[in-house]
Amino acid sequence: MSEKVLTLRGVVKEFEGQTILDGIDLEVEKGEVVVIIGPSGCGKSTLLRCINALEPIQGGEILLQGSPVKAGDKNLPVLRQKIGMVFQSYDLFPHMTIMDNITLAPRKVHKRDKAEVEREAAELLSRVGLADKAKSFPRQLSGGQKQRVAIVRMLIMHPEILLFDEVTAALDPEMVREVLDVMLELAKQGRTMIIVTHEMAFARAVAHRMIFIDEGRIVEEGKPDEFFESPKTERARNFLNMFRFQPASRS
Amino acid sequence: MTWDAETVKMLLEGIRDTLYMVLFSTLFGYVLGLPLGILLTVSDRDGIRPRPWLYRILDIVVNILRSVPFLILLILVIPLTRLLVGKSYGSTATIVPLTIAAAPFIARMVESSLKEVDKGVIEAAQSLGAGTRTIIFKVLIGEARTSLLVGVTISLGTILGYSAMAGVVGGGGLGDIAIRYGYYRYETGIMIVTVIVLVALVQILQAIGMMLAKVLDRRRV
Repeated sequence: MSEKVLTLRGVVKEFEGQTILDGIDLEVEKGEVVVIIGPSGCGKSTLLRCINALEPIQGGEILLQGSPVKAGDKNLPVLRQKIGMVFQSYDLFPHMTIMDNITLAPRKVHKRDKAEVEREAAELLSRVGLADKAKSFPRQLSGGQKQRVAIVRMLIMHPEILLFDEVTAALDPEMVREVLDVMLELAKQGRTMIIVTHEMAFARAVAHRMIFIDEGRIVEEGKPDEFFESPKTERARNFLNMFRFQPASRS
Repeated sequence: MTWDAETVKMLLEGIRDTLYMVLFSTLFGYVLGLPLGILLTVSDRDGIRPRPWLYRILDIVVNILRSVPFLILLILVIPLTRLLVGKSYGSTATIVPLTIAAAPFIARMVESSLKEVDKGVIEAAQSLGAGTRTIIFKVLIGEARTSLLVGVTISLGTILGYSAMAGVVGGGGLGDIAIRYGYYRYETGIMIVTVIVLVALVQILQAIGMMLAKVLDRRRV
């Protein structure tokens, strides 16, 4: 049987008296790509933020390879090194070069040798088509380029699981593709990934398992083909219909 | 008013003493104020290590120190000044009350600079597994450096103003000259000249600070 990387049991997130996540159970196996979709405000981004304890949870537990991930815990930084996260707003360090953005964490957190880390960074950068940008500053890059740098910055920490939080939502349409291609490549390499996205065609192409969340609960989950062709629940059907267009009739 | 060599020499010494007081007070002010400002930022409720009780205490202490008028503070700390410097007048002695007045002010400036750093960038560092120390020194201070430098410039100007005030109680420097010659001896000319020199000093410090801030700002390429 394959190894469980991440386990969520009855995760509850409350914020100012409101329940954002209402008992989420989820298991992610090594090499699995899970895509989470759902209407805006359903709690899908919050769920990702809870997984690396950027948001504290009020109930249930989150286990990364058996170790509990808890906000305020002493070994939280160690666990977070194994959970890579990419944000919608890239969040590169604006005052650092692209190279420094990428090498900061491996050097300061993993205490790795500078020359070695820079070699790996250069290699990763060239793999995402940004070999010539090492000395640039974030301001000089397009949104798509920044997001690819953010992905490299996460990869160089060699995380066990990769979390993508609507990473193309802030991008111009022509830049979405270059970022999704990088993610598809990572999926092909057999990485364990949880992706929150609104790109339905991409979701269908990359996912091993689809999860539909509404009002803080997992409403439906299943194989992507089944989910997109014949969703079992009314709510998932209604949600998917929002992405379909009827041709305008011309007389 | 006579512009003999002696007057010029006195003014030059005044400039030297003023710069000496201001630079050292700012330096010591940062030695105390920078860690205090970092502590305020980090321990606040949405800081990276929230400690509400610690924040509350520091917050109150800083507010109290900041609300004591400088002239009163100057007199209140005389025993401490005597203990540290050996006397309570002159420019070296003035560094003590100036530092005490500057530190809480600087702490607030540092706090507000560090709190400007984008929360998303801090979360990105946390998600990479960065510890508190790495986040403070590499992310918070690194990213806020332009704002911090502007803060240094503002602090220098404020402390220069305070240092002139210390002239009332024999603090040395240009403020001392303005009070003794210009005010007590009705030599309005000297008073005006000292004020002009003070204005020029603030302008120069401000210009240098802003220039450095601009050079260090990598976001504006």
